Formats: sequence, structure tokens, C-alpha cells
Amino acid sequence: MNFVRVLRATPFHARTAPLVRAQTWRRWAGYQVASAYEPHPDREYAAIRNAAGLIDVSPLHKYLIGGPHAARLLDRMVTRDVTRCELGQVLYTPWCDGDGKVLDDGTISRLDSRTYRLTSAEPNLRWLHMNAVGLDVTIDDVSAQTAALALQGPNSRAILQALGANVGNLQYFRLTHTNVRDIPLTISRTGYTGDLGYELWVRADDAVRLWDALIEAGTAYGIVPAGIWALDLARIEAGLIMLDVDYFSAPRAIIPDQKSSPFEINLGWAVSTSKGPFNGQRALDAERARAQQWAFVGLEIKWDSLERLFAERSLAPQLPTVAWRTSAPVYSGDHQVGYATSGCWSPLLKKYLALAHIQAPHFGVGSRLQMEITVEHRRKRADAVVRKLPFFDPERKRA
Amino acid sequence: MSAARYDAIVIGGGHNGLVAAAYLARAGKKTVVLERRHVLGGAAVTEEIFPGFKFSVFSYVVSLLRPEIIRDLDLPRHGLQILPLESTVTPMDNGDYLAAWGDADESRFELERHSPHDAEAMVEFGRLMHHMAMAVKPILGMLPPDPASLSPSDLKGLLKLGGHFRSLGAERFHALHKLMTMSSADYLDEWFEFDTLKATKSASGIIGTFLGPRSPGSAYVLLHHYMGEIDGAFRAWGFQRGGTGAISNAIASAARALGAEIRTEAAVERVTVSGGRATGVALANGDELSAPIVVSSLDPRRTFLDLVDPKALPADLVTDVRRYKFRGSSGKVNLALSGLPDFTCMPGVGPHLRGAVSISPSVEYLERAYDDAKYGEFSRHPYMDIVIPSMIDPGMAPPGKHVMSIFVQYAPFQINGGWDDAKRDAFGNAVIDTVSRYAPNLKSLILHKQVITPADIERITGLSEGNIFAGELALQQLFFLRPSAQWAKYATPIDGYWQCGSGTHPGGGIMGAPGRLAAQQILKAAR
Amino acid sequence: MPSRFDAVVIGAGANGLTAAATLAKHGQQVLLVDGANALTPRSRALEFAPGFRCAPLMVDAGWAPPAVLRELGINAPSAVVPRYSVSVAQPGMTLALANDSAAAADAIRSHSTHDGDEWAVFVTRLRAMSGFLESLYQLPAPDIDTTKLGEIMPLVGAGRKFRALGRAGMMEMLRVLPMPARDYLEDEFQSEVVRAAVGAGAVRDMRQGPRSGGTMFNLLHYLTGAPGGSVRARAWWQDGPDAFTRAAEGVTRARGVTIRTGHAAVRVLVRDHAVSGVVLDDADEIFASTVVSTVDPAHTLLHLVDPVWLDPQFIRAVRNIRFRGCTAFVQYAVDKLPDLPGLDGVVTLTGDLTSLERAYDAAKYGRMSERPHVELTATTLRWPSHAPQGKHVVVARVQYVPYEAGISEDALAGAVTSAIAGVVPGFPSTVLHHAVITPEQLERNYGLAEGAVTHGELALDQVLFMRPVPGFARHAMPIRGLYLGGAGAHPGPGVLGMAGLLAAKAVLR
Repeated sequence: MNFVRVLRATPFHARTAPLVRAQTWRRWAGYQVASAYEPHPDREYAAIRNAAGLIDVSPLHKYLIGGPHAARLLDRMVTRDVTRCELGQVLYTPWCDGDGKVLDDGTISRLDSRTYRLTSAEPNLRWLHMNAVGLDVTIDDVSAQTAALALQGPNSRAILQALGANVGNLQYFRLTHTNVRDIPLTISRTGYTGDLGYELWVRADDAVRLWDALIEAGTAYGIVPAGIWALDLARIEAGLIMLDVDYFSAPRAIIPDQKSSPFEINLGWAVSTSKGPFNGQRALDAERARAQQWAFVGLEIKWDSLERLFAERSLAPQLPTVAWRTSAPVYSGDHQVGYATSGCWSPLLKKYLALAHIQAPHFGVGSRLQMEITVEHRRKRADAVVRKLPFFDPERKRA
Repeated sequence: MSAARYDAIVIGGGHNGLVAAAYLARAGKKTVVLERRHVLGGAAVTEEIFPGFKFSVFSYVVSLLRPEIIRDLDLPRHGLQILPLESTVTPMDNGDYLAAWGDADESRFELERHSPHDAEAMVEFGRLMHHMAMAVKPILGMLPPDPASLSPSDLKGLLKLGGHFRSLGAERFHALHKLMTMSSADYLDEWFEFDTLKATKSASGIIGTFLGPRSPGSAYVLLHHYMGEIDGAFRAWGFQRGGTGAISNAIASAARALGAEIRTEAAVERVTVSGGRATGVALANGDELSAPIVVSSLDPRRTFLDLVDPKALPADLVTDVRRYKFRGSSGKVNLALSGLPDFTCMPGVGPHLRGAVSISPSVEYLERAYDDAKYGEFSRHPYMDIVIPSMIDPGMAPPGKHVMSIFVQYAPFQINGGWDDAKRDAFGNAVIDTVSRYAPNLKSLILHKQVITPADIERITGLSEGNIFAGELALQQLFFLRPSAQWAKYATPIDGYWQCGSGTHPGGGIMGAPGRLAAQQILKAAR
Repeated sequence: MPSRFDAVVIGAGANGLTAAATLAKHGQQVLLVDGANALTPRSRALEFAPGFRCAPLMVDAGWAPPAVLRELGINAPSAVVPRYSVSVAQPGMTLALANDSAAAADAIRSHSTHDGDEWAVFVTRLRAMSGFLESLYQLPAPDIDTTKLGEIMPLVGAGRKFRALGRAGMMEMLRVLPMPARDYLEDEFQSEVVRAAVGAGAVRDMRQGPRSGGTMFNLLHYLTGAPGGSVRARAWWQDGPDAFTRAAEGVTRARGVTIRTGHAAVRVLVRDHAVSGVVLDDADEIFASTVVSTVDPAHTLLHLVDPVWLDPQFIRAVRNIRFRGCTAFVQYAVDKLPDLPGLDGVVTLTGDLTSLERAYDAAKYGRMSERPHVELTATTLRWPSHAPQGKHVVVARVQYVPYEAGISEDALAGAVTSAIAGVVPGFPSTVLHHAVITPEQLERNYGLAEGAVTHGELALDQVLFMRPVPGFARHAMPIRGLYLGGAGAHPGPGVLGMAGLLAAKAVLR
């Protein structure tokens, strides 16, 4: 009675736990997951970009939506047109409240003609039910029964093929149902790294067997279990947004300023202009008609400026080799025009990158701004330039 | 015999009286506090009822004490130390339990076990209650304007109030309106489906009131209890180290350090009035003290009907006070235990014993407890809030032994046939029998027991009808109606005579706000 | 018949007729539809036994506010003020409270001199407070975000009315509104029977007992339009329970409104977040850009409209409306009237507030009261033609009969008949026929959600700017062109035509 487990273990825990050499654990949605397996995430990150990283993403919330109105339910909830989602297609989409403020973002996979899987960062069971009033649907929370792995990196396809999975023709944002060593699983060509990669969805009971199979087949291809620190570097390079870091779910906001519309977090492309009614449609239509006030952009912090600021204190530039998730003010001249919410030194691009919310008219690509950094306990402003997202976008991602 | 002279006399050494005295002394007033009993604190006292066992006899947890008072009086220096009370465990009738822990993830998973829907709704609910507490907080520190008045200061107050409500926006204003008018059960029905959760939450809507969870108005009391604030963090209940009496002592110590004099065993017989002005007080022992400012921290009935001649007061004020509802509804059972209780739903010694155990298995259980009280009986199966302070503060009991505090509702002051020793025993037995259903070893642990009925609360603390809030927290008795229209700003019709108890805005609980606001008004008038 | 109109009004009661007539007056082509085979089904006396007719929901005629009469250009139907506003009948004892407050005071003095002495002041105060509600009810509900000058100016008038209550009156109003009837009445009166006489009106159609906060508001609500001196009954109409609706129907027809009865609207069509028409149950499609629904909010917003057009938070608010019907009726055909005073008004058989509270207790747990609260009115004392010569109709209004208790007709009739027999022992032998209306039947036959005759309980969190749901009290719903104009909208039940009028005005704005 005295020692109750506070955090949940994922279905891969039996395999991942012994690998976490420096006890670098963290919380993710109430689960215990590895920040890094090795004391430093360098090799895990390198695997994602050069071989394959294997990431336990089981804490994602997963729901199965079925029944005659399954598509209608999802379509009235999210900003993209679900009625056009083909069999085997995966949509990445945000969803909003009635004021057009983002509640969450995730993927919708069409598993068969009437069944969809929704993944999300936050619990959405109640919200799904609130949206389902008057609709003939079934909603099942399968989060605990479904384990998920992300296999990301240039060798990921080869590893799956080595296991006999037929993914050679699997297109970007498509899925396939298959068997690997008699383990039924669903493979989607999706991920959170901006690289060639797959996500594997499997019954929790089969999780450990799948892990073992992947490690066994992948070792020859350089597979490396990767933690959240490595993933975070990759997703910043890919310009991918993170809930609770880069934006807040509208109901969690304490003041209106903490809410974001899809346009303000670089997801305007995911707001359909031609679909049927959905939550926030009127507000988003009105917002589209107005001039955009805020944008979510990439910032490249200029090396010269960094070097100069540190040199003033006789120091070499100190770089964030693990991504930071705090808030850094961004200036144009004397005025604060925004704030950065994530940042890291990109080992691949050899640049200091950040993701930032910037006010009009300062968010155009090439716009010259300054971001606050701390140099030896003193606040300084480093030069920064607005860059197009993603920072890193290899052809293999889609090819 | 010439009367001792003071600038201000505060009648009653409860926490509000002490707070008022401290602020008056801080402003340079020569102030004396007169307490009838041998201990300070009123309903916030610690007493060693049985050798070695100390009890927060009445009020037993704290969360509402205003942070500005803590800062102004530097109370931590004078002994204020709040220890965390982080969990609430509710045993269910099927042998299971519902727990709310200090950790958000842990609480979410626990609730998810019973209802995934509710676990999700809780996030939004918690946010809304936070907003509501934020919305009400400024009102707690606001002098209630008189809505019927056209005086510039009242109009200014009303505008400020209106501006405050408008600044909330329609959505939050409507949510606040719901909280002010609904029953806690109806309110919670809008959010949750799991009965035990609704019961445990709505329990805080009935504490100290003569309302059931289905009675409109109980949702406000729920919010009142949500407003607890320690070090600026909303909704954290805790224990004072050394019991709630130590809070009173800390305030008293601060008041003394600021120059106030505090006398115990100094019962005030009446306020002396001459030419429509208060001139001082006469004590029960025949002494007289004089001061141009006399402040009563007693409840409105004692303040207006006992301490002064009601004939000297306007008839409408007397009418208001006479119909002001007290209706004490709670009792207390304090137990000295030889060991720890073993709860069937969570056997053994666990973290739940460092938090509260709530006997509130269902909304119907609570409502039926209320039905008993409505018709003049104590609840056969009452709502109870159980804590074991010695688990957190070992100084409260001898080593290895424990003190258990059981807050009990309902025990109506107006009980059929009146309270007597036999009825008190029957009440105590009903409480212990009901707790034993959930912790069967309890009876074998009891070394001593103290059973407190509302009649005892009245007798010992002087709170009329044993109401722990010095008057019900009902909408018609709040803000500019507390305790009476026109007399909600701490002044009374007698010049120099003031009120500062929990029977004034913003009400009861160990909050201190009435004492502080009253002192501010007194000092403003004296300028 | 054109299938294109400017506006479709759903439901042909007082509110629907007023809304339709108002829109027509301003040049709109209006279609009025109702699923019943005749107009104003609720106010019409229907035959429940051979030769016996009754309109149980119109025992209280309601209040026809001046604003509605003005808009319709009609006079108030000729009304008869009953001698007694309410009577209490107990075994061996009756107390009939005349509308004439001096006479009532005399009657009360036989129970309590104190109460008799207080009576006149008490009724004057109650009427002053309900008078303030009368002025408030003829305006759109003010809200915290009311900022438009056009909305504020009339409120200044209401504010003046409030100030006219006087300093003490204003405070009293603010104090009284949230109060439980029992607390207020115990402060005022010493006699239990006097308290019970007034208190019965405070729990009317609510699933609350006299100890519940807000019941004083309910009492004041149903006193709007009541004759001076009354604590309960309003005047009744000489020309029948449907006198008002017939007059309104005449106006509606004269103004060229197209009326279709016997066909319910089954769908409100929406395109691009705006109303585009309605579908009737014969699959007929009517095009219109405005729909005013006077049926209850739950039916309108959860069934007539495809919910995908509504914000889930709004749907949640609608689903949270507490309907909780708990009133039932038993209509008796009798060959002899019970010997009770005041039967042309309201006779309550509950003689003390504790019994009233106990009647409520069962409803909290979803069960029917073992000793229900019963109120009798002999409608044939008003309209003799509703029964064969020498015979009578007595309507029993019964609380508490929770909708979800699923009480059978026989059980209900049995409980009510024995309750009456407890006071009037010979009553059962005079009964020729009886007909029961349970909350379930109210839902089925009159389309009232959960059988709630109120279209939503008149609790403090469901009135004024909170009715039907917070933020939408000014009759326009979130779908452009859709308006609520029934009793579920401000100002609520018993205020004839007012919600319809306010909805029509919102359309025209």
C-alpha cells in the first residue's frame, strides 16, 4: 500500500527500462518514458537522421471511431475534410473549439470503410462524445490496448522489408495492415521527425515481441532506441509543433491570449475552405478574411551574433544540445514582437534554430529580428532571421 | 473606580477579532482584546482535551486565510506554518474507493478507473473553478456597496463591481451566476457522471450550511471552499502545525508585537453607550473599560441583540438580525486513538492516512443525511470528513498514538426534544458506528472521545446556534446583505460601535478578511 | 400555396400566434405550422369523458402583458377575478384567502392575529415585487454584455421601476429572490396554514420543495398579472380558457399569416450556418430564411436542427437544461361538487410546509410522493358548458410526479383520489369518470420535453439572461435565422405571447 506506482508503464517497458542507463526518465501523459537511453542523446538523434531510431510513442491517446456516422463525427470535429479521406489514408489535422481556437492536433487514419483511428496528445473521449450528439457512432478508447512505435530514419523502410513487411509502395501518409512474424500490425508512413519513417500500431500484448523483432532485424541497419530528447531535436528541425510547449489547448488557457487559431500555429493549410460544417468554421472563415496577426515561424539565430555576444565575456558560444522548451522574447528593434517556444542547436544543419510566434508584420521569411539569450547571467539579444519551415526537409521523407 | 482607557476595544478573541486588533494596533491605536474563555481563537483553538492529546477542537483545516494578512502581520514569524493535506479518499459501499491525490497524473488515472469521461471533464472543471475563484477573490476584499444607495461612494463601488463583472466576460459571469444559484448536485451533474465523485465534491457545498446537495445555493459554498489559498496557490488545504489554535496564537502574537493588549477570561457583559455613542464595555466581573471605538467580533445576534439594547437600534436592523439564519448543522467528534485505523478499502498504513477520508459514498447518501436533519434529527448516517492530524504533525499526540478529527454533518441545532447528554451520546455512537463500517478496527483503538454538538459549539464558543460561519452562507445573507442591508460595511447605528466577525462580509472560515476590512473602515472613519 | 416564406413559425400556441402576427404586421410572409390538428392545442378544452371538457394546462390563464396586447391590437379578454386567490382545505378546516386583503386578513385572524395584521402589507409587498418582474418581462433580458444603446434605454426604464420600489423595497427584492419560500414565510407568518397557502404557489411546477432557494422567485413569477391582493390565482376568462389564443388567432389570420395544422415540423434546414427552411412531417419542404420555434429548446435544438451546425459546448448547455417535469393532472367528471370554498380558484389540500417538503422528498430520489401535493379547481364553476347540466369538472394538479418515475395512470389516479378523499370523504362516490395526464403523456401529447409544462424549470439559473441557455437569452440562436420564442425562452411560462413577441422583435432588428 505504501508504494503505489504513480506513473504508468508503456507496453514496451520491459524492454526499454533496462536500456535507460542514466535513469533519464520523464513524464508523458502520465506514462514513464525515456528522455534518452544513453547518457547523451547524440547517437539516438544521429540514428534518426542516418540509420533508424526506434521511439516508443505509446502514450499517445488512441480512439477507434466506428459506425455509419464515423466520418461525419470526425468531419464536424476537425478542420480538414475527413469525407475525402480514402481507405488507408492518414490525415494530420488540428481541431478547434467554437471560437476557432485549437484544442489539440493529431492524426486520423481510415482503417476500413467505416472505422477510423484518431490519435491525440490530450484525452479526447469526452470531446468526441460531445461532438457525437445525434450521430450513430461507436467511440472506443483503445489507448491502453494499443502500443505504438515510431521507426524513423533513412533505413526504416529496409528494416521493415527485412521483416517481410510490404512497405515498398507505401506512400507518405498512407497505412497498411500486415503481419510481421505472426504479429498483426498496422504500419502508417507517418512520424514526428520530418524524415522517412513509419509508425507501427500493435496490440499491447504483442508489443514486446514486435520490439524484439525490430531490434533483431534492425541491428544490421543501425537501429537505435531513441528517447524524447532525440525526437525533440528532430521535430524542431522538421518545424513540427508540440502541444503544451509551442501552444496550449484552448480549455487549458487561463487568459484568451494563451489560445491559438490554426493560422497562428502554421496550420492554416489544414483548415479546409470547402468542407461541411465543423467546429470553429465561422470564426476561422472570418479570421482568414482578416489580415493575419500572428504567425508561427522558424528562427535561425545568427552565428556571428552569438559568437560576438559570448566573446564579450571571453567565452565560446554555449549551445543548447538538448532542446529547450521555455519562452524567449523576440524583438524587432526596441519592441517585443513575439516569443520563441522551442529551440536547439541542430547537429545536422549546424545552426541554432528556434520556433517562434511572431506578430505582423515581422513574420515574413527573411525578416531580421533579435531573440533574447542569456550570456553569463546577463540578458542579451542575438540576431535572428525568419526562415521557412521546415528547416530540414529531405526528399526521402515523401519519396 | 475609574475605567481603564483605550483607543479601541475588540470584543472576542477569535481570529477575526485578533486580526482587527492587530491592524488597529499597527495603526497606533491603543487596543485591547477581550476574550471570555481562557484560550484565544474562538472556534480556532487547540486544546489538550486528554493528557498528551491535542485537538483542533472545532475548526481543523485551513486554506482560506488571506495572504495579505499573512504578509501584513508577518505571521510565519509568529508561528504560522501550514502542513500539506493533499489527498482525499472516499470509501465506496462496494469496497472500492475514490482517491484524489496531490499529483495530477495520479489523480487522473485514479478517476479514469471509475470514469474516463469524468477524468477528462475534471481538467476543464478545475480550470473553470480556478477562474471562478479568481472572479470572486476581488469581491472578498471589496467593501460591499449598497445597491439601493445613490451616494457617490456606493455608486462608485457599484460601478467598480459592475466593471469587475463585465471584465469577466459573459461566459464567466454566467458560470458565476450558476454557481451562486444552483445546487451543488445539479451543478456537478452538468460536469460529471460518477456518483461518488459528485458526492465527494458536493460535500464541500454543504459544510456548515443547513442545505442538502440538492438544495439551490449549495454550489456557492462549494466555491467558497474552492477558494482556499496558501502562498498564492488556489485550492490547497492544510493543517496548521500545532492545530488551528496555533493560527490564533500567531495572530495574537503579531497583535501583541504591534502593541495590542490581549486579556483572556474577560467576558464582556455589555457595550456602554452614551448619547448614541459607544463609550466602552462593562465586563462580567464588574470592571469597565472605556474607548471611543468598540469592535464586536461576535456574531450578529450577540452583537446587536445581546451586547447592546436592541431598543436603541433601528427597527429594521433588529428585524434583519432576528431573522438572520444561523441553524448550526455540524458537529465534531474528536478521538484519541491507540493506533491507526484500518480502512477496508485501503488496508494498512498508507498515504491516505495523511490526507482526508470523506464519508460521502453517494449523493443520495448525503441527501438522506440532510432529510434526517430537515425533520429535526441528527443524520443516522452522516457525511463525515475525517483527518488524523498526528500523522502530519506528530506533536499532536504521544508517540505511536494518534488523534482523529471527525467533522460531522448533519447535527441540527434545533433537534427534536433538544440536545442533552443522552442525545449527545447517541450522536457520537452514530458517528463511530458509521465510521466503523469503513474502518472496522476503530472502536478497539479509541482511548478517549469528545463529542461536540451544535449546542456545545454555541455554549463553548458563543457562536449562535453553533453555526460555524457565524450565519449561513446563503445568497440572501451575503455581501451587502451580510448581516443586514445598510449595515454591511462594518459600522453599526451606534457611533463608535463596529462589527468585524464572520457574520459580516465576506463570511466564515479561517479567512480573517472581515477583521481586516473592518479595521480598515474603522481607521478610515477615525481619520 | 407558395413553398417559400419569409418566416416559418413552429407551434401555434400563444407565443407562436403572437410571433407570427408580429412578423406579418411588419410585412413578412409568414407560415405558422403546428403538429396538432387544431391551433392552440394546450388552451383548448378537450373532451375527456362524454360531455365533459377541460383544458387542464389553462386552469391558470396566465398573464397577457400589455406589450403583447398592444402589438396584437386587441383588448385583454374579459376577465373574472375569483373571490379567493387560494384556499387551504384540511380535514375539518378550511381557510379561504380572499383577494380582498381586508377580508383575507379577517379570515387569517382566526388562525393568528399577528398574521392577519401583517397580511395587507405582505400582499402589497409581493405585488410590488412581481410588478417589477412585469416590467422586466416585457423587455429583452438584460445581460452583463448589454452595451447597445437601444438595449440600454428600455432598461433604464426598468431601473427606474426598480428604484421606485424604494430603498427598503429594492433591498427586499434582492434579498427575497434567492430565498427559500419557507424561510421567508416563517419570518412573516406564525400560522402554518397561512404559510402553506402561500408556499404552495412557490413550488408550482418545480422539482423543489419550500426549503429550496429560489422558490420565492417562482412565486413572484406566477404572480405577474395577478389581481391586487392575490397570492396565487389570476383572473380567468369569461369566454373560455382559450379566449386569449382565439383573439390572437383572429389577428394572425387577419394579417394574412398562412396556417397549416396537422403537420409538425420535423427538420429545420441549415445551409452555411444559416436557416434555409423547414421540412414538415409530410416531407413537404418550405423555404424560409427565418424560423421562430416556440416548441421547447431541447426539441428545437437537439432534434429539429442537425447538431453538426451547433458548437458542442452549446449542445452541452442545451442538454443541461433542467426540464424535470413533476406535475401531473387528474381530470374528474363529478355529479356533485365537493363542499369547499374557492373552488373556482385554487384549493390546496396541503396544510403545512413540512407536508409540502415531504411530498418533494420522494421526487429527489425519482419517486412519486406517497402523499402528493394536490390542488383542486372546479373549472365548470367558470365555464358551466364544459359539463352536462348539473354536473361538474374538477381538475387536480398534482406534485410531485417525477417524469422518470414512470407512474401508471391507475396508481396516479388512486393516489390523488385518496388524497382528496382524505379531506372530502364523500368525493370518490361523486366521481363519474376520471382522466389522467402524466408527465409522460405531457411529453407525448403536447411535445413537452420530460413533461415539463415550464419548458425548463424556473430555477434562478434558468431565468432572465440564463434562459434558455446562458448567452442566448435574446432569442437568436447560434444558427443565423433561428429564433426561440416559446416558454423555454425569456420570460418563460405563463407570460402569454411575450417570448413570441420578443423573438419576433429580435427577427425584425
